Amino acid sequence: MSKNNGEYLIIRNDNKYEVIIGLEVHAQVLSESKLFSTSSTKFGSEPNTQVSLVDAAFPGMLPVINEHCIKQAVKTGIGLKAKINKRSIFDRKNYFYADLPQGYQISQYKNPIVGEGSVTLDMPNGEKNIGIERLHLEQDAGKSIHDIDPQNTLVDLNRSGVALMEIVSKPDLRTLDEVNAYIKKLRSIMRYLGTCDGNMQEGSLRADVNVSVRKKGDKKLGTRCEIKNVNSIKFMQMAIDFEANRQVDVIEEGGSIDQETRLFDTKKNETRSMRSKEDAHDYRYFPDPDLLPLELNDNYIDQIKKDIPELPDEKKKRFIEKFKLSPYEANILVSDIEISKYFEEVSKNSDVKLATNWITGELFALLNEKNIEITESPISSKNLSKLINLIKDGTISGKIAKSVFEIMRDGDKDPITIVEEKGLKQQSDPKELENLINKVITENPKNVEAYKSGKDKLFGFFVGQVMKNSNGKANPKLVNEILKKKLN
Amino acid sequence: MMSNITDLKLVELVDKIKKKELSSTEVTIAFIERSKKSKKLNAYISENYENAIKKAKIFDQKPDFKKKLPGIPIAVKDLFCTKNIRTTAGSKILENFVPTYESTVTQNILDEGGIVIGKLNCDEFAMGSSNETSYFGNVQNPVSENLVPGGSSGGSSSALAAKLTPATIGTDTGGSIRQPASFTGTVGLKPTYGSCSRYGIVAFASSLDQAGPMTHDVKDCSLMFEIMSTYDTKDSTSVDFKRENYLTNLNENIKGKKIGIPKEYRVDGMPKEIDELWEKGIKIIKENGGQIIEISLPNTNYALPTYYIVAPAEASSNLARYDGVKYGFRSKGENLIDMYEKTRSEGFGDEVKRRIMIGTYVLSSGYYDAYYLKAQKVRRLIKNDFDEAYKKVDAILTPSTPSSAFKIGEKLNDPVSMYLNDIFTVPINLAGLPAISIPAGHDKKGYPLGLQVIGKAFDEQSILNIAFALEKNISFKNNITDWWIK
Repeated sequence: MSKNNGEYLIIRNDNKYEVIIGLEVHAQVLSESKLFSTSSTKFGSEPNTQVSLVDAAFPGMLPVINEHCIKQAVKTGIGLKAKINKRSIFDRKNYFYADLPQGYQISQYKNPIVGEGSVTLDMPNGEKNIGIERLHLEQDAGKSIHDIDPQNTLVDLNRSGVALMEIVSKPDLRTLDEVNAYIKKLRSIMRYLGTCDGNMQEGSLRADVNVSVRKKGDKKLGTRCEIKNVNSIKFMQMAIDFEANRQVDVIEEGGSIDQETRLFDTKKNETRSMRSKEDAHDYRYFPDPDLLPLELNDNYIDQIKKDIPELPDEKKKRFIEKFKLSPYEANILVSDIEISKYFEEVSKNSDVKLATNWITGELFALLNEKNIEITESPISSKNLSKLINLIKDGTISGKIAKSVFEIMRDGDKDPITIVEEKGLKQQSDPKELENLINKVITENPKNVEAYKSGKDKLFGFFVGQVMKNSNGKANPKLVNEILKKKLN
Repeated sequence: MMSNITDLKLVELVDKIKKKELSSTEVTIAFIERSKKSKKLNAYISENYENAIKKAKIFDQKPDFKKKLPGIPIAVKDLFCTKNIRTTAGSKILENFVPTYESTVTQNILDEGGIVIGKLNCDEFAMGSSNETSYFGNVQNPVSENLVPGGSSGGSSSALAAKLTPATIGTDTGGSIRQPASFTGTVGLKPTYGSCSRYGIVAFASSLDQAGPMTHDVKDCSLMFEIMSTYDTKDSTSVDFKRENYLTNLNENIKGKKIGIPKEYRVDGMPKEIDELWEKGIKIIKENGGQIIEISLPNTNYALPTYYIVAPAEASSNLARYDGVKYGFRSKGENLIDMYEKTRSEGFGDEVKRRIMIGTYVLSSGYYDAYYLKAQKVRRLIKNDFDEAYKKVDAILTPSTPSSAFKIGEKLNDPVSMYLNDIFTVPINLAGLPAISIPAGHDKKGYPLGLQVIGKAFDEQSILNIAFALEKNISFKNNITDWWIK
């Protein structure tokens, strides 16, 4: 495998293969209640406690669309710069399974609510646009649990009827890094919009992965395989890598790829055939006669457009222009809406450069160490801003600031108070500093001699001694200046 | 005298209760007693007698005469889910199913003071035209022994004609109210699609199903419809239109009304007596100042095949939920698939299976375009025919059925001949329009025949008025002897 120039190629017997990837992401709509019923969608509740008569498909029960979910789908469509279809249709996808109470899933087939759009990825070698084919709304199924009872399969219908957005990309992805960036970008956009919490552990974001390979330079797409229901970016990358290599092996051995659905075994790190094209279900899609076609008017869509917040791409542009950040820094700060909010709060009253460095440096390290989100940060944006201002106005040095930060992390204490209580204020009185410097010079006559005879490197030694004697509080900038005068 | 009570019509009973000439308990007991003596008709699947009498007594203790059905006992088709009362849809698969909820239509009846005395037999999942597909057995037509009462609302038509209930409700997907009404000499209204909520009605074909009243006369029908029809946010296809006081507004004056006569309904081989019945209707319209206009509904011929694609397609999907997993009948199986197969093989009857097979077939990839999609297009053309006709006329008059009631068993093994029974009723469901069947005469065997008045969407008042005028002039009498009561 070679990854030069951001390329992901599989090489066998001097043949170079390109990998073509498309994703069908299932994102759970952020909504209190389900797509067609008023049951709660809360995660982690006792089995079968969030099931209405509609969700369990009792005789005579009818679906009624949850308008909030429609709004969320339209919002997401706008965030994906996609066409909002003013007329969409809910269809029934018919198949039998124990955790599918109706015997069909209500989904959108030929007429989805959102059409073509695109997502921009920031890759190391530049921006790349990934096409969005469509976004449609559908119900989630329940959950079959096979490992509690040795004799029976148990069914939990809490998820049954929960609203999902299926976001289908075009086969525009070419590398594992792009897959990573794409999922993260989708997640970021939806979190900015508040349409999906993007929580992969709780299954709020899952994907079916379509993989095919072709010889580099070929125009025609190869036959694809679909890997079902992969629930983390890492597993997606592992599954793609395995599957692409498998396909190349088949082709190199003179075989051809069968279009099929495959499963990824996370334990064995391999994909396995689930069903071939011949065995594919005939879902007998047809428009759900219980639901009228969904008609949206311009006014409705315009109202939603008005409420769309600034999205990552625009925010990044603004950060670069307004704060003179590098694209790299801006990217990090806008990747998550909460991080961007924190940054904007800190930089409102403080130096932007210092704010950027402290957030992406010390604060991120702290969050990583504690494995928490920025919303749970033990240091508030207000206090970080104060700390940065103490550095900026020379009250404390950067080094002292780090020890103040260490104290702040336990209980979000005001840095001004800490500096006062601990007497950490920087020594900037030239008289005092001169005394300290004079003392060091008198105590180290040999080194002074050596420095004067050309050993320039010793300058650092004198600075170090002065700092040490001041318990680190001496203003390093002034110490430098005075020392230079004294020694030269 | 008890027997006098059951001879009264709904509006008369309401009046007598309001005037305190009768109590709810007296009325309820009278209908229950007659029902008990009429087991031979097999009209009931489930009885709710004891509970009903309790409710009647409670009503009498504190009667509310502002209600439209003050303490009136009513038996309903067993397709309506009724809270705490077994609801089977005429199927083994729901043999022991007791809903924890109430359908909107029955709730409307309860809210107006109605008391449910039992659940009436019907074809399994409302699939049939003779009530012979019911898991709970045939129903006798009180008109004559071993005659079908029509279907699918056969228990309803039989119970009504036999005066076991003063009025009843049915559902009509392709004629299931109008055909049994016609076969038993009673009145049946299929309202406009979207008029009565489908919430809590066991679904057959969602885009066609409508609940409607079955009564002794047009007045009773107007009252029942007024109660049944409400806008319901629990049914996405329910329509929020202006509902009238249909009974108060009932008016026999049809002067100047333009009534269309569709030439395509003169089908080959139709019995002469049906033709004569139709002529009789036309004559009455003319005599009462109505104007008769020949119209054309050119796609009528395609209605039946279209219906037998659309309805089974929807049914095949609607019935997928009866899989033995959550409720209802379950057969033991080796694994999930085996359990499904055994449950559904044993739980469903032949006609239901036949329609599931047809429906699954027409929705299958490779056949969808040729059948389902084509049928949807033809359905649109059929609706367009009516829209075109309604530019010229206010309503349309046709016979209700191409023949009178047939013998039990006569058509059971000939599905196509059975399906042909719905030839005059099916187009109306496809177009989503309202239509009423009223008794208009007898054939030479003495069996009742019905006329159908089809209206514009949500214009039930007009067809009730026209039916009212016809009824007055026809003065139909049902010659029912109580042959089944020994």
